[in-house]
Amino acid sequence: MRKNNSLFNRFFMVLTFVFLYAPIALLIIFSFNAGSSNTVWKGFSLEWYGKLFSNRIIMQSVYTTLLVSVLATVIATVAGTFAAIGFFAMRRKIRDPLMTVNNIPMMNADIVTGVSLCLFFVAFFGLFQKVTGTRLTLGFGTLLIAHIGFNIPYVILSVGPKLRQMDKNLIDAAMDLGCIWMQAFWKVILPEIKPGIVSGALTAFTMSIDDFVISYFTAGSSASTLAMTIYGMTKKRVSPQINAISTLLFVTVLVLLAIVNIREARQERLAAKKHI
Amino acid sequence: MSKELIRLQNVCMAFDDELVLDHLNLYFNDKEFLTLLGPSGCGKTTTLRIIGGFATPTSGDVLFDGVRINDVPPYQRQINTVFQKYALFPRLDVFENVAFGLRMQKRPDPNNPKKMVKIPEKEIEQRVMEMLEVVSLKGFERRKPEALSGGQQQRVAIARALVNRPKVLLLDEPLAALDLKLRKDMQIELKRIQQQVGITFIYVTHDQEEALTMSDTVVVMDQGTIQQIGTPEDIYNEPKNAFVADFIGESNIIDGIMVKDKVVKMYGKEFPCLDGGFAENEPVDVVIRPEDIDIVPVEQGQLIGTVTSVTFKGMQYDIIVDFRGFKWLIQTTDHCPEGSRIGIKIDPDGFHIMKKSQYSGMFGDYSSFSEEYDELDDASLTLDEEESGDAE
Repeated sequence: MRKNNSLFNRFFMVLTFVFLYAPIALLIIFSFNAGSSNTVWKGFSLEWYGKLFSNRIIMQSVYTTLLVSVLATVIATVAGTFAAIGFFAMRRKIRDPLMTVNNIPMMNADIVTGVSLCLFFVAFFGLFQKVTGTRLTLGFGTLLIAHIGFNIPYVILSVGPKLRQMDKNLIDAAMDLGCIWMQAFWKVILPEIKPGIVSGALTAFTMSIDDFVISYFTAGSSASTLAMTIYGMTKKRVSPQINAISTLLFVTVLVLLAIVNIREARQERLAAKKHI
Repeated sequence: MSKELIRLQNVCMAFDDELVLDHLNLYFNDKEFLTLLGPSGCGKTTTLRIIGGFATPTSGDVLFDGVRINDVPPYQRQINTVFQKYALFPRLDVFENVAFGLRMQKRPDPNNPKKMVKIPEKEIEQRVMEMLEVVSLKGFERRKPEALSGGQQQRVAIARALVNRPKVLLLDEPLAALDLKLRKDMQIELKRIQQQVGITFIYVTHDQEEALTMSDTVVVMDQGTIQQIGTPEDIYNEPKNAFVADFIGESNIIDGIMVKDKVVKMYGKEFPCLDGGFAENEPVDVVIRPEDIDIVPVEQGQLIGTVTSVTFKGMQYDIIVDFRGFKWLIQTTDHCPEGSRIGIKIDPDGFHIMKKSQYSGMFGDYSSFSEEYDELDDASLTLDEEESGDAE
């Protein structure tokens, strides 16, 4: 009876993985297909990858994606780290409700975040034009602001625990020994929370690379991220170029996630060792 | 003693609406070993943090050598601190931990007094090694803090503070995390270091024995106010009120009436004592230390009571004796079995008479003896309370 049960469980596990990964496997396989068909295998070829790299629109959007992701990650990491230190210095009574507020955007539906940001920008531009007479439009700037905005909570969430693990007296000790606050931050706080900052930055970068919905509502017509470009291409005809670029995107995100997870696992092991 | 170095004037500290320090007036002499002693939440750590510059008093002044330093940040004070649980920098080795303060320092260039320069590496090395020798840690320079025992980490923390040649060293419960044996050794060690470097030590503890062993001056605090200041002998022999009598050592505190000078009445009987200066028939608190009580046969006893519990303590027995419902602690080398009736005799110098205070009637009865012991022994508990109490 028990054995049957476990067989049953395994069957469903396999079924789940098939549902999840078969489409992706198919996509990857057909990205190497020689023909333009998405159903019939005509032999191995890198044709679509070659076409991809000579496609100016796609390359432009790759550039936009990387630029917005890197900038958003750097800015969000700096801002999020200092915000986490601010949270840490607060009294618990104030900190806990604020942390809840910080966590809401991460759980909030992207579509709601995207639409609300879009409405906010448009409303702000309207006001700005009334006051200054200058017309602003959605574009790279708004895209970047949106990305910074949705990345900050992830950084705070990964830096916060490192701060709490740190001996509070370390900061006092550094200041006692002649540091002004900023020196104490560089010499003492930063080395202690660096693992959290790196994890936060990697998570933020992954989120940025990956994002479609929020970008779609905030980039306007002048800027286009990779995800948006792919979406646009599917509206016409599903070119195998999409398979190729999707494969690259999938591998990139997969590698980043793997790095984040391996780092976290290693830190946990180290922490566990320390306690023994 | 020598000259005054630090003075706290009417210092008050409030967190939210809670008054942690209530008009504190206190001065610290140069080169003295002063201990702030009190239960958790009494404001002793807060007092230390104000002196160190980590907290700014809500009102009142902090004077250093006669100059107001309320707003002087910690890094500009000639004061260094040994923190609770040491707070060593985990990523730096012993040498770099000790050298940290020296590397931060800048001083006028001897050739060009207008230019500020760092301390040369050679001098840093020499001073660090010197200090490691003072705390007996030579040979440990390249160890990381996590590879040291608690006692060694403690020494690094002391060296790290002292290498800066401060005028005052603040120590915040530095021995609380060590085991009993090590704690005793470190008490002697600390006193030796203080005499060797010849600076003021301000020491915070809730352990009365530590305070009595090491200090020149003990300041007993409770509820943000000073209860008594004095030498360890003064504090032990002449406690000012029931709180001090109870907190320092063991005390039986009994309601009495000062009939006239040198005669105190309790349990309806008059006893000769050495104290005076009270009004005639003034109600007082009578302190009798457990070791000042002699056990005598019932017929010779000034008071007669029943033994209700006996605890063997090695050097002596702690026995609880019921005198008409009020339980006394008596320390004796004689064995008195539980349930036996005994007489006691107290010499006139065994009495200490105190004026009635807000603490009268709160302490000195040993009906709940065992619980009280548990509370005192649980150092980790009081530590945590103190921390959270001060942080919030």
